[in-house]
Amino acid sequence: MSAMAYHRPSSLAEAAKLAAGDPDARILAGGQSILPSMKLGLLAPSAFIDLAALGELRGIRADRKSVTVGAMTTHAAVAASPEVMAAIPSLAKLAAGIGDPQVRNRGTIGGSLANSDPAADYPAAVLALNATIRTNRRALPADGFFKGLFETALAPGEIITAVEFPVPNTASYVKFPQPASRFALVGVFVAQTSTGVRVAVTGAGPCAFRVKVLEDALARRYAPQACEGISLPSGDLNTDIHASAEYRAHLIPVLAQRALA
Amino acid sequence: MAVPIELTVNGKTVAAEVEADTLLSSFLREHLRLTGTHIGCDTSSCGACTVHVGGRAVKSCNVLVAQLHGSEVTTIEGITPRDGSLHPMQAAFKACHGLQCGFCTAGMVMSAIDLLRHHPHTTDEEIRAGLEGNLCRCTGYQNIVKAVAMAAKAMGRQRP
Amino acid sequence: MNAARAPLIGRSVERKEDHRFLTGVGQYTDDIVLPGQSYGFFLRSPHAHARIRSIDAGAARGAPGVLAIFTGEDLAGIGGLPCGWLIKSVDGTPMKEPKHPVLAEGKVRHVGEQVALVVAESAAQAKAAAALIEVDYEILPAVVETAAAAASGTAVHDLAADNVCYTWSIGDEGAVTAAFARAAHVTTLRLVNNRLIPNALEPRAANAAHSPGDDSYTLYVTSQNPHVERLLMTAFVLGIPEHKMRVVAPDVGGGFGSKIYLYAEETALVWASKRVGRPIKWTAERSESFLTDAHGRDHVSTAELALDAQGHFLALRVHTTANMGAYLSTFASCIPTILYATLLAGQYATPHIYCTVQAVFTNTTPVDAYRGAGRPEATYLLERIVERAARELRIDPVELRRRNFIRKFPHATPVGLTYDTGDYDATLSRVIDLADVAGYAARKQASAAKGLLRGLGYSCYIEACGLAPSNIAGALGARAGLFEAAEVRVHPTGKVTVFTGSHSHGQGHETTFAQVVADRLGLSLEDVDIQHGDTGKVLFGMGTYGSRSLAVGGSAIVKALDKIISKGKKIAAHLLEASDADVEFEHGEFRIAGTDRKKAFAEIALAAYVPHNYPLGTLEPGLNENAFYDPTNFTYPAGSYVCEVEVDPLTGKVRVDRFSASDDFGNVINPMIVEGQVQGGIAQGIGQALLEGCRYNEDGQLLTGSFTDYALPRADDMPALAIELAPGTPCTHNPLGAKGCGEAGAIGTPPAVINAVLDALAPLGVTDIDMPATPHRVWEAIRRHAR
Repeated sequence: MSAMAYHRPSSLAEAAKLAAGDPDARILAGGQSILPSMKLGLLAPSAFIDLAALGELRGIRADRKSVTVGAMTTHAAVAASPEVMAAIPSLAKLAAGIGDPQVRNRGTIGGSLANSDPAADYPAAVLALNATIRTNRRALPADGFFKGLFETALAPGEIITAVEFPVPNTASYVKFPQPASRFALVGVFVAQTSTGVRVAVTGAGPCAFRVKVLEDALARRYAPQACEGISLPSGDLNTDIHASAEYRAHLIPVLAQRALA
Repeated sequence: MAVPIELTVNGKTVAAEVEADTLLSSFLREHLRLTGTHIGCDTSSCGACTVHVGGRAVKSCNVLVAQLHGSEVTTIEGITPRDGSLHPMQAAFKACHGLQCGFCTAGMVMSAIDLLRHHPHTTDEEIRAGLEGNLCRCTGYQNIVKAVAMAAKAMGRQRP
Repeated sequence: MNAARAPLIGRSVERKEDHRFLTGVGQYTDDIVLPGQSYGFFLRSPHAHARIRSIDAGAARGAPGVLAIFTGEDLAGIGGLPCGWLIKSVDGTPMKEPKHPVLAEGKVRHVGEQVALVVAESAAQAKAAAALIEVDYEILPAVVETAAAAASGTAVHDLAADNVCYTWSIGDEGAVTAAFARAAHVTTLRLVNNRLIPNALEPRAANAAHSPGDDSYTLYVTSQNPHVERLLMTAFVLGIPEHKMRVVAPDVGGGFGSKIYLYAEETALVWASKRVGRPIKWTAERSESFLTDAHGRDHVSTAELALDAQGHFLALRVHTTANMGAYLSTFASCIPTILYATLLAGQYATPHIYCTVQAVFTNTTPVDAYRGAGRPEATYLLERIVERAARELRIDPVELRRRNFIRKFPHATPVGLTYDTGDYDATLSRVIDLADVAGYAARKQASAAKGLLRGLGYSCYIEACGLAPSNIAGALGARAGLFEAAEVRVHPTGKVTVFTGSHSHGQGHETTFAQVVADRLGLSLEDVDIQHGDTGKVLFGMGTYGSRSLAVGGSAIVKALDKIISKGKKIAAHLLEASDADVEFEHGEFRIAGTDRKKAFAEIALAAYVPHNYPLGTLEPGLNENAFYDPTNFTYPAGSYVCEVEVDPLTGKVRVDRFSASDDFGNVINPMIVEGQVQGGIAQGIGQALLEGCRYNEDGQLLTGSFTDYALPRADDMPALAIELAPGTPCTHNPLGAKGCGEAGAIGTPPAVINAVLDALAPLGVTDIDMPATPHRVWEAIRRHAR
């Protein structure tokens, strides 16, 4: 007999109330990260609050200026969306490379961002495209959203409802996968946006981060050659059995260059 | 906590009370005794447990059955014709020797069907990428890729 | 009857077993639920090396659903898990054989070692209760590194203070020393053969039941050899009479060696099933598989090859340290000796070889046979050093190999084997065509234009398969015979069931063997069923490993078929009123030579079971024959592989672009199945070369304990493979002329891949890299040389 409870609220307000009433409960979106953690015993929430019934959190809206993706929209839906492909093709391509097909059929953008896995793909896009994360309480800017390892600016019980991506002039994402998990060993998202060049990296640190030295170089000249000769300090980067910090530091400008090629 | 659920499995309505943390894979294997769906890992990495939920390939070890209230689930048993014949994908796997020990096969077939439904005209390279979520330790994938390519032709002919 | 229908042998007929697998009705061990089923969970050691001060299971015993909890103390009276092969050290002393307890006794010696068995009403309850058991451990220093184990100063077992299990040698050291003294050139190489984790996709599982009525046991288990499992468990560990236990290995989802062994889990379950009075099932979680399935390889070797001025090999000298892990698994001791050093001649007429092997204990998971078992390690070493010698001497690697090929058969090697037949020039020539080596230069240029480094590598492998002549094996230390058994049961209607001691867990025996039987008896494939994997049905069996099933198991079937035909001739002679000697059997008909007087096979079968008109005075009724086949030699499959890679020098990523294989397996029954075996073996070989590497930290914690950290090849890691089965040189000493094909790919592939990687990196000055050649490792090798 499991002690765990399961709730399937029918409104966002009800979901928020349930979350507020139980600090040990976890919001359940697609479950593609949270359920593996639960199975391995790394996580034992008192309850799951499943957002599946909240149709308003699903779907994609796009206009000339931005693409808004509902938090419960699956990676597969983003990857296949003609609107996303037309407005921000790099975002569709990124979504098409998350996990594997089965994960993309269940996993959601809201779940991925709230989880802030250090090697997840979406955080790189959110940072590089200067997206806005909308929640049931407020709108959060991309900068400052990712706080650390599995840590975000979300308050306890706060629920992501949508992510608004401003349409960039041009953007591209290149992922170098870890051979076993296929998560990003290093992933680099390069974008030329209305607020300047932004370069965001995932997989290399505790959470996604921007790389100023590359942004400055690309602001001077938005071309692959601008990444040549740039070497990044490896001090704060991840070292694990798959890659040293030095290797990750080396890969960042290499992948940035390839993103631009 | 017991959660009441009702869903469709292989065309039949199933109503049950399940523990909140019951995975779809356990529900299929233990509750419904549909043992064609296999469990090959505990990290949601191998894809042996792949079934269709709402027509899309999903790892049944990575979904709570509680999440599927009102959903349609199809397993390998559900795609098998009742007259003893085989689905074109199953037939192609047999013709191409796309299986050896058989353990990954159900998941592989389910993934491959979803792949072709959404990308009917695939190249071998796309087939390999499309099967990224399924591990096979026996075949080296060569004959699986061949089988999916063969099934693509057969399923293409079936379509109006 | 099928007068002169086309033979089935040699045809790629679709597999009989596929329908059940494709429709989800195969029955694997975990699919079986017995009446009164209970579930077991093993509490495992979190430490690599620790003394168990105490175990408190009090709280766990009271947990919901718990039926019983057992620890090492409860099982102290029973034997340890035995090792089936005795190796003697050079000084004549037997190898050190520490007890391998079913549940840990006093100490734990690797992470994952089983400490307690919890039996409960459900698997979840058993697992939850196990978490309540309190074990007080005194943590001890761990021995982890293979090369450093003997000098570590910490003993894994008290009876081996220096952690050395044995130091063994083969070959004539004096002759080798003399040959090196006159060498024009000596090539040296130090290499690591990386530890691998087999990862058959079906996790190990067992379900044990005791029947109080006759005090007997039934065990369903994921095994490659149920009879061996039964013999070892009953006679050596539990002391149960062998005839009081039935072992069933139902559909088994891949083995690759890892399911040969007698493991602690099923042994504990059998023992506990009588105490609990309920059937107990256990299925490994994948994390447990990583920690407890016997690992493979893990050698550290130094090798020296002496050559004369013309590039002829004069002698090879090798020293290998092999990691046994914490305990001796069932065949562990023979892998780095009998199955390794004896293969160091490869395809070459090297006159003198000397090899010493030091086997060491460490605080890691036991190491045993994994697909290829010793032969991949030998092939990797040899084909790496040959390619290095070619580079050093600026001789084309193909030419250097050809200068040294064995061309006269039979050929006795200096390491104890006699090759019966082969044609190494043929497979090498064929693979050079298949790989379009002629077009390589153009492809290399095209890669360079993209900023990529292309390399090409060869590998010419040989293996000794068809294990094994029992007398030779016995002389080398085997504690078992290595024959195979078969029974051919002809039913009154002329349908045939064949019972074989070989076990199929992906190999397709139900089809291949049926092709052999159907052809010999002139039946259709549908009229023949192959049964295996059940000691209650099959008379005996030594099981499936070492690419032995067709060569040994198939030969046993042929022997039994010969007896069936011989008896059938006597029955036919009686019915046709002729003498036995005048009856011929062909295409399913017994016929008096030179006449049209004949009886169909089914008529003879019916006569045997309805013996109204029958020579009862001289012949028993019935048509049922057994046979045991013990081979007179190993078989020697061989072949040549060519691998072409592209290396991205900026990221270190290696992509296998082309892979070609030409294999000589002797006669082939079902080419489609054989090619499938090669494809799978190559995938595991590419896995070893580029992706798979077991890693422990210095405390003996497994760092690659899941599919998210241990990379198995996925579909997009693999190139399209070009495989061609050579016309072949049939084995000279078994009735099918078959050599075995299951391990070839895993044996021949790794050196081809690494030779290709090193060829690609040669312009950068890189001369060595260890497996797996991951992007990180390749990048580091490039960086080291760039400095």
